[in-house]
This record gives sequence, C-alpha cells and structure tokens, in this order.
Amino acid sequence: MKYAFYPGCSLEVNAAAYDVSVRAVARVLGVELVELDDWNCCGATEYFSQDELTACAVIARNLALVEPSMNQLTAPCAACFLNLKKVDRLMAEHPDLGGKINEALAAGGLHYDPGRVRVRHLLEVIHTDVGEEAIKAKVVRPLTGLRVAPYYGCQVVRPYKDVDDPEYPVKMDELFRWLGAEVVDYPVKSHCCGGHMTQISEPEAFELIRRLLQSALEYDTDVIACLCPMCQLNMDAYQSRVNGMFNTSFHIPVLYFTQLLGLALGVPEKDLGFGKEIVSAGPVIHAKLAAC
Amino acid sequence: MSSTTRARKREWVDEVIAETPNGHRLRHCIQCGTCGGSCPNGAEMDYTPRAVFNLIVAGQKDKVLSSNTMWQCVSCYFCTARCPHQIPITDIMYTLKRMAIREGYGRTSDAPALAKAFTHYVDKYGRSFEMGLASRYHLLNRPLAAMKMGGMGFNMFKRGRMALTPSRIRQIDQLQAIIRKARQLGGAS
Ligand code: SF4
Ligand code: SF4
Repeated sequence: MKYAFYPGCSLEVNAAAYDVSVRAVARVLGVELVELDDWNCCGATEYFSQDELTACAVIARNLALVEPSMNQLTAPCAACFLNLKKVDRLMAEHPDLGGKINEALAAGGLHYDPGRVRVRHLLEVIHTDVGEEAIKAKVVRPLTGLRVAPYYGCQVVRPYKDVDDPEYPVKMDELFRWLGAEVVDYPVKSHCCGGHMTQISEPEAFELIRRLLQSALEYDTDVIACLCPMCQLNMDAYQSRVNGMFNTSFHIPVLYFTQLLGLALGVPEKDLGFGKEIVSAGPVIHAKLAAC
Repeated sequence: MSSTTRARKREWVDEVIAETPNGHRLRHCIQCGTCGGSCPNGAEMDYTPRAVFNLIVAGQKDKVLSSNTMWQCVSCYFCTARCPHQIPITDIMYTLKRMAIREGYGRTSDAPALAKAFTHYVDKYGRSFEMGLASRYHLLNRPLAAMKMGGMGFNMFKRGRMALTPSRIRQIDQLQAIIRKARQLGGAS
C-alpha cells in the first residue's frame, strides 16, 4: 500500500507527536508513506476567508505535486484533508473555477486534472485500507481496560459524507475496539473544538472546548483520542485556561489516535511522541495498562 | 424608461451567489432554521444563518456585512451537512467574510487580522508559522491575550511544540508565481 503523504504545517512542530506516531504505525502496518516533495501550507480556514481563487491555487499546487505513479494522497490533519479534497471536488464540479486554478498553476509550470488523485484522511487508510484483520493480527499489547473517547471533530466527517457518518461517526470507535480498548460512546464526538476561534475570541472558543471536556468527563474517559492537530491543541494546551475561565478541574489527557494505536502495536512509547502532550497521559496509561 | 428595455439590476444577492460555488442554491432556502439550531455559535451571532439568508435575499448588505455572524462561524459544517436544501452555508459564510474584508467592514472581529497575518506567512514562506503569527497578530492586535498566552507558549516551547524560526519551502518562487497569477485572475473576473 503506497500513498503520497501530506503532513501539513502542524506536524512539523506543534503536532510532532502525531508526525512520529503516524510514521511509526505506518511502518508496522506496511503502509508506505511517500512525503510529498516541497509541499506547501493548505491555508487552513484563513486563506478561504481572504481570497478563494488563490486559496484554491495554493492548495492545488500540492495536488499537482503528487507523482504520476501515485493516485492516492493522505493527510493526517482534518483541515488539510478537507482543503485538499474540497479543491479536487470544486475543480471537478466547476470547470470554470478549475480552468482558472490551472491557469494559475501554469504560472508555476504545474497542472492538475481533477480526479487524478484520491484524497484520503489517514483514519480511512488505517481503518478501511489496512482493515480489521491485518490490524488485529499485529496487536501485541491490547489496550484492555483503557477508556478511550474517540473525538472526530468536524472536517473529516463534514461536509462530505463519504468518509463516515457526518453526525455519528464510528470508524475510530471500531479501530479502538479492535485494539481491545473500552470505547467511550459520548454524545459530542463530532462536535466542534472551536478551530481558530481561540485566536479570535477566547470566551466563545473556551466554551466549545469546555463542552467537549465536560462530556468526556461525564462518560468517565481516561484519554481522548484525536485525529487532528487543531483539536488536540485546543483540548490539551488550552485545558488549564479553560479550567481557569470556568472554575473547572478537568485533567483529561488528549492524544493522537496513532499514539494509542502504536502502543497497541508494540511500538515503544519513546518513538510515539509521548510526553509532548501538556496534560500528561503517562500516569493513566501506566496505571491502566500494567506490565509495560 | 419602460420596464421591458431596462435590464434587471444585478442585486447583492446575485453577487453573493456568483462568489460561492453552488451559491445559487441559496434561493431555495425555506427558512426552516435547521442551520441556526445546529450552529455551535448560533447564540453568539447577531443573526443566525437562517436570518442572514433572509437579509441577503432582501438586499440588506450593510446589515449583514457589519454583523458578527460570519466571524462567529468556525467552519464546523454542521449546518451544511443538515440543510434540507443542500445550501452551501459554510461556503456562503466564507464569501461574506471575503466581502466584509474587501469592503472595509469586519472591524467587529479580530478574525480579519488573523486571516491577513496567516496568509502573509503562507505567501512569504509557503508554510504557516505559529511563532510569527503570535508576534505579528497577537502582539499587534491582542497584547493582553498575548501576555496570558505566555505561560502556555512556554509549556509548548518546553515540549518542543513551538519553533522560533519559520520553515520554508524550496520552490517559493514557483508558489509566488502561482499566487500572483491567481490574484490577477481573481481581480479580473
Ligand atoms: S437549514 Fe437550509 S433551508 Fe433551512 S434555514 Fe438554513 S439554509 Fe435555509
Ligand atoms: S459552519 Fe459556521 S454557520 Fe454553520 S453551523 Fe458551523 S459555525 Fe455555524
């Protein structure tokens, strides 16, 4: 299984734990990730707020950079994933816009035919392409007894509804069941983490984060598993400030799903970026998963 | 002037539609309110998405563009996923953001400043740069928030989650040529 890999800016620094754990589990699962050479930022939500055509062209450069020998591109970040997928779709459905995007790309000597590359979120690659059987066969350290709350957020499951259910997604739930974890079935797993609202208005952003943490707490969660750097950052790095604002005392570790998957596959913790989270996951992981 | 010779005036709603992929669906809004009821920030908005669509169709440009509604949108796509008439609501919010920035509204929020600082780094380096954003955007626009962020920034830095220098792409000239051309095409349309 070979995929072009678009890590995205967050994975370089802020989400380095996602980066190392993605690469580690891909190795164990036999998924070959070929990093897109000289990829550029997807523009997050900000570029679309300024200039749509330029945002599309900036994103399309990445699609155009996918080597002709490959037809699938995977991204671990929800926002990158959606932007790449959205531009491919927009170009296919709106030939006018597609033509302009290609005119812009041509100024850099590039071209992209919509539909040539299938954009996949990493969760789909692991859950659906690698699949249950192959994953179960490689589990050496089941996550038995660990209560994991899968958190999907928004942009992997909406607006396109072909990855999972847009309101009640289940793919990460299934994955964690295969790994032997106790999956927390809580009502806010596809609600919003606030995205970049933390940078714009903290009271509103923190209220959205509070709702997620509160629900996870009520459902007796040991650890929240994320599939996006923005979600992880908001729930983890802002957790103490949320506590300050609402007089709460949340202390819930937030990890990337690939970190927990890596543990189950027997990858040493030090190779999975553990310890980079602000709310430490070590204590609960060690308490629940004895004999490590 | 007889009404038969007078061309129909291009109204604001037509502009919103023209700027939004599948924007024409806006005309199918049945004012059911599903979007507002689904919106995590609906309570903070001057007008819910439903009310905004009513105002757009009524040509109330000033009211809409000076409101905080689109700046409260966090692009969660709940409204879009649930709208019974497949109206690209989130994308219309993006269109309203662009129009507000372009026409000098948007002073009701810090979001335009963030968008500007963010795209500045993408255009310059080809990558986003959190530390640069922190100084260019936070220190300029939100000095108080920047101070409160300090402790968190330190925690992130300690864990190697914050870089002091930007990452750059090799072929920045190529990206900038694409950006220049796209801007030119956008302005010309
Ligand atoms: S959900 Fe759709 S049809 Fe209903 S009010 Fe909102 S935009 Fe209109
Ligand atoms: S996409 Fe924006 S407008 Fe729609 S529900 Fe989410 S925050 Fe509200």
